[in-house]
Amino acid sequence: MNVPTAYLLMLAAVLFSIGVIGVLLRRNAIIVFMSIELMTNAGNLAFIAFARELLSTAGQVFVFFTIAVAAAEVAVGLALVVAIFRTKHSIDIDQMSSLKG
Amino acid sequence: MDVMHALETGTAAGLFAYAPLIILFPIVGLVANLLVGRRLGERFVGIVASGAVALAFVVAVVQFLALRAQPEGARVMVADWIAIDSLSIPWAFKIDSLSVTMMLMVSGVSALIHIYAVGYMHEDVRFQGDPGRYTRFFIYFNLFVAAMMVLVTGDSFLTLFVGWEGVGLCSYLLIGFWYEKGGGGIGNALAGNKAFIVNRIGDFGFLIAMFLAFWAFGSLQFDEVFERAEALGPAGAGVLTAITLFLLVGATGKSAQIPLYVWLPDAMAGPTPVSALIHAATMVTAGIYMITRNHVLFELAPFSSGMVAWVGAATALFAATIAVGQYDIKKVLAYSTISQLGFMVAAVGLGAYVAGMFHLITHAFFKALLFLSAGSVIQGVERGHHHAAHGHAPPAGAPFDPNDMRGMGGLAGRMRVTFFVYLVGAVALAGIPPLAGFFSKDEILAEASRQNPAVYVLLSAAAFLTAFYMGRQIWMVFFGRPRSQAAEGAVESPLVMTAPLAGLALLSLLGGALNLPGIHTLGHWLEHTLGTLEAAEFNPAVALVSVGLAALAIGLAWLLYGRSPLAEGQPDPLRRLLGPVFVGMQNKWKVDELYDWLIVRRYVSLSRFLAESVDGRFWHDWFHDSVLAQGFRRSTSWLSYGFDLPVVDGFFNGLARLIGQAAAGLRRLQTGYARNYALALLGGAVVVLGLLLFG
Repeated sequence: MNVPTAYLLMLAAVLFSIGVIGVLLRRNAIIVFMSIELMTNAGNLAFIAFARELLSTAGQVFVFFTIAVAAAEVAVGLALVVAIFRTKHSIDIDQMSSLKG
Repeated sequence: MDVMHALETGTAAGLFAYAPLIILFPIVGLVANLLVGRRLGERFVGIVASGAVALAFVVAVVQFLALRAQPEGARVMVADWIAIDSLSIPWAFKIDSLSVTMMLMVSGVSALIHIYAVGYMHEDVRFQGDPGRYTRFFIYFNLFVAAMMVLVTGDSFLTLFVGWEGVGLCSYLLIGFWYEKGGGGIGNALAGNKAFIVNRIGDFGFLIAMFLAFWAFGSLQFDEVFERAEALGPAGAGVLTAITLFLLVGATGKSAQIPLYVWLPDAMAGPTPVSALIHAATMVTAGIYMITRNHVLFELAPFSSGMVAWVGAATALFAATIAVGQYDIKKVLAYSTISQLGFMVAAVGLGAYVAGMFHLITHAFFKALLFLSAGSVIQGVERGHHHAAHGHAPPAGAPFDPNDMRGMGGLAGRMRVTFFVYLVGAVALAGIPPLAGFFSKDEILAEASRQNPAVYVLLSAAAFLTAFYMGRQIWMVFFGRPRSQAAEGAVESPLVMTAPLAGLALLSLLGGALNLPGIHTLGHWLEHTLGTLEAAEFNPAVALVSVGLAALAIGLAWLLYGRSPLAEGQPDPLRRLLGPVFVGMQNKWKVDELYDWLIVRRYVSLSRFLAESVDGRFWHDWFHDSVLAQGFRRSTSWLSYGFDLPVVDGFFNGLARLIGQAAAGLRRLQTGYARNYALALLGGAVVVLGLLLFG
C-alpha cells in the first residue's frame, strides 16, 4: 500500500486547519488545548510524510522531540487550567480577559 | 631761636618750607577739640582753639621774616594733587608779599577774635540755653581759619577755590549756629541758607572764570596763567574780559557787592564773633584779595576793571544809605561792612591795589573791633535784661531784642571800656585823622579823584554817610538816658573780652602807619607781588574835603541824635526829616522783596511747574504710568493671551491630545481575549508565509 505523500500532507493541512478553527472558535480551555495538540500533531504528520518521501530520519527525530515537548506542555497547560478553574470556577477562556486595554 | 639763627645765616628760604604749618595748626586744634574737647571742658577748648590760631600767627610772622630776607618769595610744594594727562595741579603754597600780608592779617585778627570768643561764647551758650555747643563753635572757628589760609596761600585757581568754598561752608555753619532760633524758629537756618545759595551764584561765576582760564591758557596756576595772558597780547582781550567779568561775579558773591550783597545783613544771625571774623574782617575780603591776586588779568582787561570800580562805588553808596536807616546795632555794621567792601572793590577796580589792600587791613582792624564791641554791648544789655527780669515781671509788649538800638542809650557810663573802644572804631571808620580809616580811605578817594570823578563823588557821598551813621549809632547807643530796663542794668564785659578789644583798638589807632603818605611801607612791600605801581600822591584837597565831609556828617548826627537824645518810644528824627526816603532806607530799599518777587518767586513757581506738571503729570502720570506701564502691561497681555496660550500652549496641548487619541485607538486592539491574539498570530503567519511563497 503506497499512499502518495500529497494525501498525507493534505490530511495534515486539514488537521491543522481544524486545530486552528478549534483554537479560534471554542471557549472551553480543554477543547482549545486539544485543538493545539491537533495542530502540533498535524505538523508531526507533515514531518513524517516528508521523512518517508525523502528517506531521511531527521523528520522522525524531530517528531520524537515534538512529542516530548508536547507532553511537557500538556503537563504545564493542564496545571494552568486547574489553577484557572480554582480561581474562576470556570474554564471558559473568554473569562480570562483581565489584560483587556 | 632756630628762626633767628636761620635768618642770620641767610637760609631764609628754608623757612618757607614751614608755611604749611599755618593750615596744619588750626586743623590740629579742631581735631583735638573734636576728639576730646567736650570731655575736657570749656577752658581746654578755648585754649586749644586760640592757641592753634596764635601758632598760625607765629608761622605767619616767621614767613614774614623769611620774606624780608628773600623778598621774591617762594613756591612751596606740598603734594601732587590732581594729575590727569596734561592737567597737573600740585598742592602748592605761594609765599609772596601779598599772601603773607593776608596771612598776618587773618591769623592776627583771628587770634584776637578767638580770645574774645572764649569769653563771649561762654555767656552766649548760656543765654541761648545750650552750653554743649561751646566746643562745636570753636571747631567751626578753627576750620574757618584753616580754610581761609588755604584760600590766601593757594598758588592756583583751584587751591584758592578750595579755600573759597571752605570758608563759605564755615560761614554757613556759623550763621546757622543757633539754627533752631530766629524768626519762626528757622530764621537763622534760613539766613544760613540764603548766604550759602547767594554765594553759590558767585561761586558759579568763579568756576566759569576758572574753566575759561584753563580753556584759554591751559593752566590753572596763577603764574603760568598770567605769563600766558601777557604773552597773548591784544588777541586775548575778549577772553580776558570774560574771565575777569566772571571773576567779578565771584567777588560780588563772596565780598557782598551789588547785586549779590543781600546775604551779608542776614548773616548777622550768627554769633557776634562770627560776624566780626567772617563777615567783616576776613572772609568777605576774599573777593578783594582774589581780584588783587589776579591783578595781571584785570590790568589787561580795562573794561572789567571799570566795571569793578563801578560796582564797588555803587555798592559803597547804596549800602551806606541803608545803614543810616537801621535800628539793629549789628545790621548797621553789616551794611557798613558792605559799604566799606565797596570802597575796596572800587579801589582795586581803579587799579589802586595797594590802596585796596591797605583799606582791607585797616578795615579788618576797626570793623572787627566794632563788631566785637557791639557784641560786648549786646551781652551787656542781655545781662541787664536778665537782671531786670529777675527783679520784676518781664515787661509786656514787644519781645526783648538785645540788638535794638532803640532799647539802648546811656551805655557810655555803664560800659566804659566798651564805649571807649567802640568810639575808636567808629572814629576810625568815619575817617577822622590820624586813625587808620582816614589814611586808607583817603588813598582810595585820592585815586578815584585822579581817575574817575563820578566814582569819586559816589565814594565821597558814601564816606559822608559812613560818618553820619556811625555818629547816629554812637549817640543812640551810648548817650542819653537808657531807653529800657535792660540798658539800665547793663554791665561791662569780662577782661577776656575787653582785652582783645583793646588790642584791636590799638591797631585801629595805629594801623594807618602801615602805609603813610609819602612813605608807603605797604606799597613797597607789595611791590614784590604787584609790580611797581605808581603810588597815589597824597592829595591835600581830597583829604580836606573828606575830613570836612566826615566832620559835617558827625555834626549833623549830633544835631539830630546828640543834642536832644532819643526818648523811649520816640521815632527816629530822620523820619520826620526825610519822610519816605527814610522809610526806604529802613526797609533796605525793599531789595529783598524785589529779589523775592523777581527771582525767588519765579524760581519757586518754575520748580513747582516742573515738579507738578512736568515731573508729576507729564513724566510720572503720563509717561511712566500711561505710556510705559500701560504699554508694558498691554504687550505682556498680548504675549500671554495672544501668543503663549493659543500658539505655544496650543501646540503642546494638541500634541498631547493627538497622542491620547492614538493611544485610545490602539487600546481597542488589546481585547484581553487570547483568541484574538491567536488570530493575529495566524494572520501574521499567513502573511509571512504568503510573502515567502509568492513574494
